[in-house]
Amino acid sequence: MTKKQKKTLIRIIVTTVMIVALAFIPEDLSVAEPEYQAVPWNELISRIVFGLYLIPYILIGHDILKKAFKGIVHGQVLDENFLMAVATIGSMILGEYREAVMVMLLYQIGELFQSVAVGKSRKNIAALMDIRPDVANLVTDENGVETITQVGPDEVEMGSVLVVSPGERIPIDGIVIEGDSTIDTSALTGESVPRTIHAGDDVISGTINMNGVIRIKTTKPFGESTVTKILELVENASSQKSRSENFITRFARVYTPVVCLCALVIAVIPPVVNVIMGNDANLRSFVYRALTFLVISCPCAMVISIPLGFFAGIGGASKAGILVKGSNYLETLSKIDTVIFDKTGTLTKGVFEVVSIHKHKMSDQQLLKYAAYAESYSTHPISRSIVNAYGLEIDKAEVRDVEEISGHGVIATVSGSRVIAGNDKLMNENGLTPPTCCDGGTIVHIAVDGEYAGHIHISDVIKDTSHEAVKSLHAMGVKKTVMLTGDAEKVAQKVADTLDISEYRAELLPQDKVSAVEKIMTGRANTKRSTAFVGDGINDAPVLTRVDVGIAMGALGSDAAIEAADVVIMDDDPIGIVKAIRIGKKCMRIAYENIYFAIGIKVIVLILSAFGLTNMWLAIFADVGVMILAVLNAIRTLRVK
Amino acid sequence: MKKSYGIEVDCANCASKMEEAAKKTAGVKDCSVNFMALKMSVEFEDGADEKAVMKEVLKNCKKVEDDCEIFL
Repeated sequence: MTKKQKKTLIRIIVTTVMIVALAFIPEDLSVAEPEYQAVPWNELISRIVFGLYLIPYILIGHDILKKAFKGIVHGQVLDENFLMAVATIGSMILGEYREAVMVMLLYQIGELFQSVAVGKSRKNIAALMDIRPDVANLVTDENGVETITQVGPDEVEMGSVLVVSPGERIPIDGIVIEGDSTIDTSALTGESVPRTIHAGDDVISGTINMNGVIRIKTTKPFGESTVTKILELVENASSQKSRSENFITRFARVYTPVVCLCALVIAVIPPVVNVIMGNDANLRSFVYRALTFLVISCPCAMVISIPLGFFAGIGGASKAGILVKGSNYLETLSKIDTVIFDKTGTLTKGVFEVVSIHKHKMSDQQLLKYAAYAESYSTHPISRSIVNAYGLEIDKAEVRDVEEISGHGVIATVSGSRVIAGNDKLMNENGLTPPTCCDGGTIVHIAVDGEYAGHIHISDVIKDTSHEAVKSLHAMGVKKTVMLTGDAEKVAQKVADTLDISEYRAELLPQDKVSAVEKIMTGRANTKRSTAFVGDGINDAPVLTRVDVGIAMGALGSDAAIEAADVVIMDDDPIGIVKAIRIGKKCMRIAYENIYFAIGIKVIVLILSAFGLTNMWLAIFADVGVMILAVLNAIRTLRVK
Repeated sequence: MKKSYGIEVDCANCASKMEEAAKKTAGVKDCSVNFMALKMSVEFEDGADEKAVMKEVLKNCKKVEDDCEIFL
């Protein structure tokens, strides 16, 4: 608790004690007075009672009265303090001293609770996002003498060498130059399995070095490091507010004046009507009802519950490695009914792997060896995948006369044999007719010494969780999933079938993607449902900005993706999409619950008060109690399954 | 030109009142106050002197909510 909160707490306790003590004063103190007496006993007693109640009233309410007065000076008539001041002073005048003190007291208790609860969740959420490194251990080398100095991360120049000990956070993006270790990326990605790193590997700021001392050479200044980008994003996330947040602030702006006007009407009209009808004006009762209205008209309980929920939702999401750039995107996420995926890098790993070998005469390993040797000089991803699949060291002295034919394949002499490795066209050019392969994917045919030897089937591998992600999306109400790819029809169809994706568009050039997305979105501009695009963010920027919500995946370390997307999933796992939508839905559900609940209770109490069926106690409970429940409900969004 | 400032305010409704007040200040193009993060992000008009504008913003905010602070 802060100093201010402690002070309020003490005031609350003292006031409570006083009010309990004052409760022992009997209600009726009037004494039978002789007609001509020097001292007007009854008047004196009632003044003393008033004075006794005034002490706790001033004690608990002085700051509110002061603020109310200042508000009037600045022309702020309908602010909360003013309303509380009028309501309590009014009931003092009506002689309801205890009620006046109680209303002030409960109001202060509510404010204190709110301030503590909000402060606490603010702290919790800040802790979730606490990935800011405090220091960097800079290695400086002067005449062969190495010194290590602690400096602020922002003072480190690009290309400097830093030492990171076990347990420390890597302060700046860089490349490991010495040492082996494992790093914990969970603060950024939510991924709990640590990553092993060796010299030569890139490391990202914000991750924690777990067991070995490593030296890194920084590749970026602190200001452009991943950790800074993420923190900036998270801190600015909230400037874009959701519709429900805007609704409740607008509602509050109208609600308070309307209720105050109603209060005025209740205080004036019925007594006037009564007088005209020749009845007793009953002014006291109606003024009391009006004052009750003023208590209920305070808007804070409603206003706090909505943004708190969204804030907690964004915090909870970032703990799970999902960055949401604003409350409005949580809202859009909750309404998604169409998800468009980019295939490579999103649903698939974006890495080619040999999936099968169809040989003719020689053994698998033999065929693979010829292919790997022939391809060993090439840097093409397909060549690399064959070399990787072979796995053994390649004796490059065995390979001669390498001729790489772009878009076709490679011809080389391996251990004296002429090896041709490439696609159909290359085979045809060399007078060979390869068999057609029924599998989708990329085929590398191999011919040795002019004779067809077999083919290797290479494909981009589908991520382990892709199928589960698509299934869960359909299960949670996403009607349509579409996959976009530049790959051949056959490949696309196979991936779409494996993953149960409802539609696919194949053989798209990068520039076709936007128009394909626009086609899917046509006629949906005004619907209440939204469309998401999921890509790896590298060259998807135009599409990411075109859809309702652009999701970039595996964005750890990619500034461009963080920039262009609305939602960033830090790791590579497609399940993140499901989680993000789930968080969005939960936030929206809680926001609506709070809106209906807070407004509903207030309206019920207003109606009851209008008929004189409540008292001010219930009114203040409706305000404070509703707020407490709404705040507790909102905090639920922190927990992400 | 967009800048973000830390703020101190006690209630959510007061935060939205501060936002309104800041929006009405001359030189401010747009403003958004986040009560939960205690942040005020202000977009200035082109050519506005941000320091002078922020002083005005603080003054106007104090008018609507006496108990508030903007850390300039």
